[in-house]
Amino acid sequence: MEQTRTLFDKIWDNHIVRPENSSTPAVLYVDLHLVHEVTSPQAFAELRSRGVRVRRPDLTLATMDHSTPTTPRSAGRLQVLDTQAATQLAQLQRNCDEFGIRLFGLDDMRQGIVHVIGPEQGLTQPGMTIVCGDSHTSTHGAFGALAFGIGTSEVGYVLATQTLLQRKPRNMEVRIDGILPRGVTAKDIILAVIARIGIGGATGHVLEYTGSAIRSLGMEERMTICNMSIEAGARAGLVAPDDTTFEYIAGRPFAPKGADWDAAIVGWRALTPDENASYDRSVHLDAASLAPMITFGTNPSMAIPIDGRVPDPTAAASSAERTDLDNALHYMALEPGQPLLGRTVDVVFVGSCTNSRISDLRQAAAVMRGRRVAPGVRMLVVPGSRAVKREAEAEGLDRVFKDAGAEWREAGCSMCIAMNGDQLQPGQSAVSTSNRNFEGRQGKGGRTFLASPLTAAATAVSGAIADVRALS
Amino acid sequence: MSTPPDKSQRIEPFTTLTSPCVVLPAENVDTDQIIPARFLKTVERRGLGAHLFADWRVDEDGNLRAGFPLNRPPAADASILVAGHNFGCGSSREHAPWALLDFGFRAVISTGFADIFRNNAIKTGLLPVTLAPSAHGTLLELLGASPRAQVTIDLASQTVTLPGGSSHTFPIDPFAHHCLLNGVDEMGFLLAEDSAITDYELAHPARVCTR
Repeated sequence: MEQTRTLFDKIWDNHIVRPENSSTPAVLYVDLHLVHEVTSPQAFAELRSRGVRVRRPDLTLATMDHSTPTTPRSAGRLQVLDTQAATQLAQLQRNCDEFGIRLFGLDDMRQGIVHVIGPEQGLTQPGMTIVCGDSHTSTHGAFGALAFGIGTSEVGYVLATQTLLQRKPRNMEVRIDGILPRGVTAKDIILAVIARIGIGGATGHVLEYTGSAIRSLGMEERMTICNMSIEAGARAGLVAPDDTTFEYIAGRPFAPKGADWDAAIVGWRALTPDENASYDRSVHLDAASLAPMITFGTNPSMAIPIDGRVPDPTAAASSAERTDLDNALHYMALEPGQPLLGRTVDVVFVGSCTNSRISDLRQAAAVMRGRRVAPGVRMLVVPGSRAVKREAEAEGLDRVFKDAGAEWREAGCSMCIAMNGDQLQPGQSAVSTSNRNFEGRQGKGGRTFLASPLTAAATAVSGAIADVRALS
Repeated sequence: MSTPPDKSQRIEPFTTLTSPCVVLPAENVDTDQIIPARFLKTVERRGLGAHLFADWRVDEDGNLRAGFPLNRPPAADASILVAGHNFGCGSSREHAPWALLDFGFRAVISTGFADIFRNNAIKTGLLPVTLAPSAHGTLLELLGASPRAQVTIDLASQTVTLPGGSSHTFPIDPFAHHCLLNGVDEMGFLLAEDSAITDYELAHPARVCTR
């Protein structure tokens, strides 16, 4: 009997240069390698020291996003934060020139966060393998591509050989059925999933998101979900492609055209799990039972419904978990049993590879329209790419944010990574649409509450953590 | 393509290691703690040890926190970090194992590692040792009682010998075992697969072209 295969199995099998055996991992082919300034310089140096060329510059694309400033351009130019960042950016330019790699640099209208521009340009397509020296590469899985983050050594291997040595991960199904209630978004789904699975619960697995609630989501929402798969420890997240996927890709600059498009669609339609395909594990959630979610602690699994209360560490399942919670509450300056609603914040950040696409900005703007950012709150709205920025400006979203008193910034990772000038000050609190609330992630001593763009906007206008469902 | 690998770039072989330990029992230590993002604006691999666990090691005024394990005396001679479960979660930054190596660590013992961290560690010559929770618990107790006690890790036999003399095996992928034991780097291995890669490319036309 022929083995039934999951979507992940099918993509994996299609990319085997040499199958794995007990002594050696599989040699896996990479269809698209995305590169940015922070995790690549040492890899290029390695190639140089060995006298090795980039094997497939035509399958490689570089951009600048992590250490780039997002302050408004002055005479069209960005003011880079410091000499170190400037050196890193110049190094990427030099590496791309020397090795023949296309770079969407700061002067390119297509520049932006690496996981925003891949899909936006039509480079991210179903069935591909995509890697990048960035853990949020899982984002591209929304298209039914096997996409995962790698370290700098592996960036070097892919530059040199277009392959990686990989053991096949296990496969976990995350099935979400039902209809999402009002005010509940993709961000709330994934925060609920991570809270359920745990920060390391998907280690060694690729997540396949299935179910009617996932099918009903647009591509940008699916990207938000796949983006944070890594926060449960997963190697990657996957959504099987469907008409929603194909409609999104159609007509984008790097998408197939004409007869190539027709041929591509035929192949993409076959990228679904076989009926009765079996997973190593399965987790089910009911969309109708979900509420807007917010994190209270110092890793993304420490999340509760927005109208919930901070858990009591003494009720933790283990002493290790109790210590973890104690430390988190201490860092966040929270008490057990405390509600988060009404807690004042200093900053609201809308942006990052999780939530900086046009639909995210539209959601935030819908809440902001006709309202003002509360006194004492600083709100940054950072589009994920220059293309998103242009699109938002064409729709007048920038006016909505600026009229409300928010800062409208240039594209980049911004305050999600806090290595580009955008950061919290010690002791400040922020509601952020980004993906990590680790200690100091948004600036040394800063406290992060992760939430959706709707919750972020509701909080900005309220001056304190707010439930968007309660705004009239 | 026929240039022989530069020896200076190959990883240092890992055979056996006997060393005191630094104990950092927290679970889910993320790579943002191991090396905060503001130190990633470097184009070098070296020099990151000075910033290892920067925000836990150094207080607001720039002084070392006396209570932090890396600031206590055994740390100066320790090549082994004993950490809590799910060590290295979060960001894929290879700067995390680089910082640990640069500080002087050659191995991390935990009950589990995040996938990308483990991959990065192996490729840079930092040995991730996964012990069963019971053995890990015993190790923490022994080191609590004798903070300067030595632990021996033998990669060939995949064993950890605790201060009391008990030995515990640990799993490691056979290929990683081979690479670490012999200082073999994967790039050299993959470069030698050139003809198989070419065959694959001929049979599978590229899906996109970025040029």
